[in-house]
Amino acid sequence: MGALLTPALGTVVWASIAFLVVLFVLRRFAWGPILSALNEREESIAGALNEAEKVRKEMEDLVTSNENQLKEARAERDKMLREAREMANQLVADAKKTAREAADQEVASAKEAIAIERKAAVAELKAEVGNLSLEIAERLLRAKLESNDEQKALVNRLIDESPLN
Amino acid sequence: MNRFLSSFKLLIIAGLLLPGIASLAQSHGHENGHDEHSEQAAHDEHNHGGQSGAEDADFADGVDHESHTDNLHGDHSHDDEFVAGTYIIHHIADAHDIHLFGDIHIPLPVILYVKEQGLKIFMSSAFKGHGHGDKTCEADGITYTVHSEEGTLADGTAVVSGQITAAEHGLPLTIYDFSITKSVFGMLLILTAMVWMFLSIAGHYRKNPGQAPKGMANALEPLIIFVRDEIAKPSIGEKADRFMPFLLTSFFFIFFCNLLGLVPFLGGFNITGTIGVTIVLATLVFFLTNLNGNKHYWGHIFWPPGVPLPVKFILVPIEVFSIIMKPAVLMIRLTANISAGHIIILAFTSLIFIFGDGGQAIGAGSGMGLFSTAFMIFMYFLELLVAFLQAFVFTLLAAIYFGDATHDPAHH
Repeated sequence: MGALLTPALGTVVWASIAFLVVLFVLRRFAWGPILSALNEREESIAGALNEAEKVRKEMEDLVTSNENQLKEARAERDKMLREAREMANQLVADAKKTAREAADQEVASAKEAIAIERKAAVAELKAEVGNLSLEIAERLLRAKLESNDEQKALVNRLIDESPLN
Repeated sequence: MNRFLSSFKLLIIAGLLLPGIASLAQSHGHENGHDEHSEQAAHDEHNHGGQSGAEDADFADGVDHESHTDNLHGDHSHDDEFVAGTYIIHHIADAHDIHLFGDIHIPLPVILYVKEQGLKIFMSSAFKGHGHGDKTCEADGITYTVHSEEGTLADGTAVVSGQITAAEHGLPLTIYDFSITKSVFGMLLILTAMVWMFLSIAGHYRKNPGQAPKGMANALEPLIIFVRDEIAKPSIGEKADRFMPFLLTSFFFIFFCNLLGLVPFLGGFNITGTIGVTIVLATLVFFLTNLNGNKHYWGHIFWPPGVPLPVKFILVPIEVFSIIMKPAVLMIRLTANISAGHIIILAFTSLIFIFGDGGQAIGAGSGMGLFSTAFMIFMYFLELLVAFLQAFVFTLLAAIYFGDATHDPAHH
């Protein structure tokens, strides 16, 4: 057991030298670059993941805002359509009203004109009938009063008929 | 966390029990059990330089000590006696060469500083000897001996398995062993592989900034992120960056060393089970913790808040002791767990030979072989888990200590 429990001088010396040399060589040329490379890679991966998460969120926001815009646009369109329909209805209604008013006016003025025309015609007819009556009366008179008797009879009848008594 | 901790406890207990099992296995061959340490003193005079002889007297005493006295070795290589304890220790202890199988060894450089004689460098293949006994080699009039077992030399020097001693004309020389041992070699192999791997990964990240990782970067990135996000950040907080290089380096070092130790036929590396390696890691944790300790940390140690004055007298020494104890426990936990896994697997291998009784009981050996193999497969899976778990636990606890040292209560 002694060989197992006694540290041999040569082994200790060689182990110290070799281990320390390797420790310093590896520290300078291996562990430093390896650990910093690992750190850098981990950071870049973490950065990329964060970036991806950020982009995903942005995409989500974008989709949401697109949807919102679409919704708004649709609402806008509906509103515009509704307004247009209302306006069109209004226009038609107005036009109808105007047309009706115009027609009524036309009819009224036509009626008026007809009435005036009729009055004038009636008046003219009356005058014509008067004249004709006069002429007829003249001719009748002339024919009746050709004799003195008849003249005298007439004067008598007229006198009888007059309300002088 | 509690679940993890209880399984560590289990493993540590297993690690502590298994040498016991191993020594029971030894007494299968010899009637008497033994206590390794108490007997050594009695045999000092026999143990010099791995020479044989005088063991008859020992046997007459009815004392079994073949696993730790050098003088019996020559004997063992002759009578093919299988001793589980020796076998196991031999395989998990550090060695000066890599033993693949049979007599195939990969030699490693032996680097010795001999006092007053300077540096001596030669390959471990220069050592000659048979089987598992001590091996010697001579150069420039100096005799070098690799001791195969724990024992005490004639001059009273204690040696452990795998230790090299040198003598000139029979007189011992003071030497310092800086050899590239099996564990050092494995450690250098792993560290080199790590430098290559992580530098190429760093290149990959530089060339492909911000891209998904490919190939090796892809394979290791989860572990790097695991250390950062599951170990460093929760334990240390915002100051985690400062400790990341140490935590990553030690995590991968321990993990890969543990895995290398599980590769079969590669000489059974036991790098993280070698205390000389883990003591370095623990010492670094100690320094990193205490050099970064803030006012709050030291305040908690030397004047624990919220406890009555008499309790402070008890608590302060405990806290001071814990400064050293915490990293020491890290060291012991790692070494014990990894060694325990190896010991269990080796113990089951040993059972086959013990039941086979050196070829005398082939039926029993084969039966045991089936049982042992099934259990070893299970152990291998468990060890794969432990390989990761121990790297995780060492790093996590180190991170918790760093967190304690740098934690700023004003920020919370």
